[in-house]
Amino acid sequence: MAERRFSVTRLPGFNTIALLAFAAIYLPILVIVIYSFNDSNSLASWGGFSWRWYLTAWANEEVQTSTIRSLVVALLAAALSTVAATMAALGTTRRAKFRGQTLIYVAINQPLMVPEIVTAVALLIFFAWIKVATGYQGLAYLVLSHTAFCIPFAYLPIRARLEGMDATLEVAASDLYATHWQTFRRVTLPLLAPGILAGAMLAFVTSLDDVVITQIVKSPGQETLPTYMLAQFRRGITPEINAISTVLLALTIALLIVFFLITRKKD
Amino acid sequence: MSSNEERSRRASIRAAWLLSSPALTILMIAAIGPLLIMLIYSFLTPGKYGNVEWKFSTDAWASILFTRDIFDGTLSLADANLTIFWRSIKLSLLTTVLTFLAGFPTAWFIATRPEKARNLWLFLITIPFWTNLLIRTFAVGEIIRKEGVLNSFLLNTGLIEQPFSIIFTDMAVFIGMTYVYLPLMVLPLFAAVDRFDMRLLEAGYDLYASRWQVLRRVILPIVKPGIVAGSILVFIPCLGAYVTPQVLGGGRNMMIGTFIELQFGQGRNWPLGASLSMVLLIVVTGALLVYVRALGKGAANG
Repeated sequence: MAERRFSVTRLPGFNTIALLAFAAIYLPILVIVIYSFNDSNSLASWGGFSWRWYLTAWANEEVQTSTIRSLVVALLAAALSTVAATMAALGTTRRAKFRGQTLIYVAINQPLMVPEIVTAVALLIFFAWIKVATGYQGLAYLVLSHTAFCIPFAYLPIRARLEGMDATLEVAASDLYATHWQTFRRVTLPLLAPGILAGAMLAFVTSLDDVVITQIVKSPGQETLPTYMLAQFRRGITPEINAISTVLLALTIALLIVFFLITRKKD
Repeated sequence: MSSNEERSRRASIRAAWLLSSPALTILMIAAIGPLLIMLIYSFLTPGKYGNVEWKFSTDAWASILFTRDIFDGTLSLADANLTIFWRSIKLSLLTTVLTFLAGFPTAWFIATRPEKARNLWLFLITIPFWTNLLIRTFAVGEIIRKEGVLNSFLLNTGLIEQPFSIIFTDMAVFIGMTYVYLPLMVLPLFAAVDRFDMRLLEAGYDLYASRWQVLRRVILPIVKPGIVAGSILVFIPCLGAYVTPQVLGGGRNMMIGTFIELQFGQGRNWPLGASLSMVLLIVVTGALLVYVRALGKGAANG
């Protein structure tokens, strides 16, 4: 008994700090969630439980259009970046090393390294050119910029999955006279599917969450849900924002759980 | 035989580039290419209503540090800009230190839990990591704003008589960034602590080391690559932060990120915005090189 009391891994104060850190992380989030059900207009007082702010947000036309715009951009960006990332992952893994490989890695991960604000203003400059030259003001600018910064997020889980797959099944398929395409379609792709799904989900969430690049690149009137929320918050908070935040939080947690289940299945 | 091998090797390399080309093309158009255009813009003259005039000028680079007097044309240090740089660097360093002080015990705590509980704690730190940065910044704002939760709690319990006001100050930005970037510190630290061989602790205690000596002489040197990684991962986004200073710092307490944006809005000085962005990019690249070297060393040690 006496021996068990001295734990080598225990460091004085560490557990307290850790638990305080967890409390500090979750307390503000909890406040948002709780106050999203507050029937009062003010944050200072509790007016009873109500779904009121969810209903107001749901009926708000600006929330509706910006949500739809966010979803359209995120779906397109996730689809495009996942296709590009899957191809790139197939190109860069399970091959002998070649010159230029590092260059491809660096290029693909570039959006993770450059501060978002720098990419955002660089895109603003570039798109200003194109807007003058073509007169086009549409959503394609947002889709293109989101696709670019989503590529590394889609690429990483796909590559991780691919590296964990050995080539024996593919070799077996070609031994059985399957063509390249058949091997890919019937063997590689089904094995890779969880990685692709995980990558697509990360890309989707990343696009959905983006504020900085969207805020600076968007044409007038192209609010997405985060830029709408930012504008509302600057005007002074409305409890509606708490309701929207809570919904997004729930969505994030749900997607994360699915993501963990998918990526864990590989063992 | 060798020519056959050589041919298949070449085909493989060609396939690699071909398969990577869609991703590379998108990134060239919407990430890397625009940075090159921005470099050019940093050497142009600002246009009257925003955008640029195509006249070569190094003013944008000079005006990062110096202002030219309107009347006699003498150069003097641009105090306003220097204040913003100093604030950015100071707040980023403070945030890095505080996230480390809170993050290291947290990472240690997670790594020393039993297997099953560990995954749960890890998941709890991953949730804020993936939660929208804007929502987390709002959450801090709701706690610390003048009519916010903390103030009304303290007022109701009679601990204070006047509401305190820290929103729209450097302090608010510091608190906000620490809150927002804490998971970025904990995750790499956890990875380092998780690989740490706990038997070394027993060895240390067997040799009559105190807890403090074990921490300083055994644990910290070994998890150092993780500390470097976490610090860089926090420091870099802090330096380029835009959302947090925007929401919690208000208009006056600008950091480099919000200052850059200003040049493309009301400031109407695109070349200055471009040159500031290039400076930020250079600093961040430097920090990343330190990171890569630290990772390399870590791999060599582990």
